[in-house]
Amino acid sequence: MPETLIDLQNLNKIFTFTSGIFNSQNRIVHAVQSINLQIWKGETLGLVGESGCGKSTLARLIVGLENPSSGFIFFQGDDISSYDKRAMKIYRRNVQLIFQDPYSSLNPRKSAISMVKEPLIIHRSGNSDERRRQATELMEKVGLSAEQANRYPHEFSGGQRQRIGIARALILQPQLIIADEPVSALDVSVQAQILNLLKDLKQDFGLTYLFISHDLNVIRHMADRVAVMYLGQIVELAENRDIYESPLHPYTQLLLSAVPDCNPRKKRKKVIIKDEIGHGGNRGCNFQDRCPYKLPLCKEQQPVLQEVNKQRFCACHLAGSIRMS
Amino acid sequence: MNFWETFYRNKLALTGSGIVLLLFFVSVFAPLIAPYDPGQIDLKNVLLPPSLDHWFGTDQLGRDVLSRMIWGARISLKVGFVATGVAIIIGTLLGAVAGYYGGWLDAGIMRFVDIMLCFPTFFLILAVIAFLEPSIWNIMIIIGLTGWMGVTRLVRADFISLRERDFVKAAKVIGAGDLRIIFIHILPNAMASILVAATLGIAGAILTESALSFLGIGVQPPTPSWGNILTAGKDNIDIAWWLSLYPGLAILITVVGYNLLGEGIRDSLDPRLKK
Repeated sequence: MPETLIDLQNLNKIFTFTSGIFNSQNRIVHAVQSINLQIWKGETLGLVGESGCGKSTLARLIVGLENPSSGFIFFQGDDISSYDKRAMKIYRRNVQLIFQDPYSSLNPRKSAISMVKEPLIIHRSGNSDERRRQATELMEKVGLSAEQANRYPHEFSGGQRQRIGIARALILQPQLIIADEPVSALDVSVQAQILNLLKDLKQDFGLTYLFISHDLNVIRHMADRVAVMYLGQIVELAENRDIYESPLHPYTQLLLSAVPDCNPRKKRKKVIIKDEIGHGGNRGCNFQDRCPYKLPLCKEQQPVLQEVNKQRFCACHLAGSIRMS
Repeated sequence: MNFWETFYRNKLALTGSGIVLLLFFVSVFAPLIAPYDPGQIDLKNVLLPPSLDHWFGTDQLGRDVLSRMIWGARISLKVGFVATGVAIIIGTLLGAVAGYYGGWLDAGIMRFVDIMLCFPTFFLILAVIAFLEPSIWNIMIIIGLTGWMGVTRLVRADFISLRERDFVKAAKVIGAGDLRIIFIHILPNAMASILVAATLGIAGAILTESALSFLGIGVQPPTPSWGNILTAGKDNIDIAWWLSLYPGLAILITVVGYNLLGEGIRDSLDPRLKK
């Protein structure tokens, strides 16, 4: 088994919202629920799920923008909550984030090159000339020319802005890149360019990706392994091919049946499932409100992620016994 | 449309900047422009009405009103800039801290702002000046110390909305510290509203200084200031109207000028108001 870079153990994140001074009832959102997940060195782990299922919260927990409510994040065997300021700075060198929206993730008052070389300034790497040279080289590598270096974000297109964001994430030579829906804000024609750029960069720099998306086709193109997330939980985790060819969890089946297909003659069984998202957090399975195969057991007991076959994990009481077609 | 184009089409804003530029010019070159020495007393020519020799007439000691007003413009400008500078520095720092950190620090600073706003500013200044020597520096600093609350609120609001933006998160992820984020990432994005607040603040400071000088606790004679020329005018208003009219007009035009400029900058910076 490959070396584990990030190991999430029983990770939880709960947000509480106070609704008013006189209302003692706080609203609780369990954004990330008891997640156990490993990211292996050198792989691309795809994370897929619908809006609001906690994908981005998970990303922000890993990069340290949020603190977990409980549970642990291990980086190369060390618990990151035990890091002091210096160790955290080293961790930040190693784990970088690419943002979803290239329009808000760049500072409108800073030029492209100053944003790309800023990580070097913060981490005191090299002198001014070296930093400039390094930043220019990397910008060329991600497809931006030297004469664009001094331009400001509003002078770039969405795709070019995302390239700046990628260069900023790469300049510290991190081990792990967390790409939080890096192409979902871009035009389809530009999406392919950015995806291929990310693939090339992975080769060249020996990167590991946690690639988050709601687009199953993008995940299929990028990922080695795929984790499917529903209401804060990982419901299925398997090799790319296994997920797409024989999904085990009814939610994965639902997602796949919703992907448009280019071949109109191909017969597909449409999985009919109630559309509204369940609330989760109650007793039993999070998916019970929408599940067509619900058993009495599903109301009582929450299924946990367990290994069904070799390297195939599924959180369903019926795992293995239901087939899409 | 960019800032300058919008600004250039705004006739009122252009008028405002014209007035402000003229005041700058007059203040900088006061010694060259003023036709007479502003302190030269000429008891043979007391309270002369406006004429070709003395365009704005002379005061009760025979001093040339135009020359005194030109030197007074210097005082006004100095007071406006120094007082506003003090207010902007305090307001920006407190607003940045309150908006960026939030929580009890924010609550504490904002309640202090509320307390300060409860005092009638002018009477607070009067009370403080009563204990201090009414020198121009004291006045500038006190005006500044009582004028920072609006800036704090403005900067805090900007920081609260900017700190949630992705580029601030991005700065955190690359390891930037709080100081770097506040001063290098957020503050430049909040400069627009600070600039507007500064321009409008200058108008307010000039007005306050004139009022204090008029009451005799601001700039002390013989140093000329628009406010203390008005005081002399008040005593002689039935026989020498020019002593009150011209400094009054100067204050009016200056304050209007700065206000027009400030509002012009604001309109040009705010994309929602662009046509």
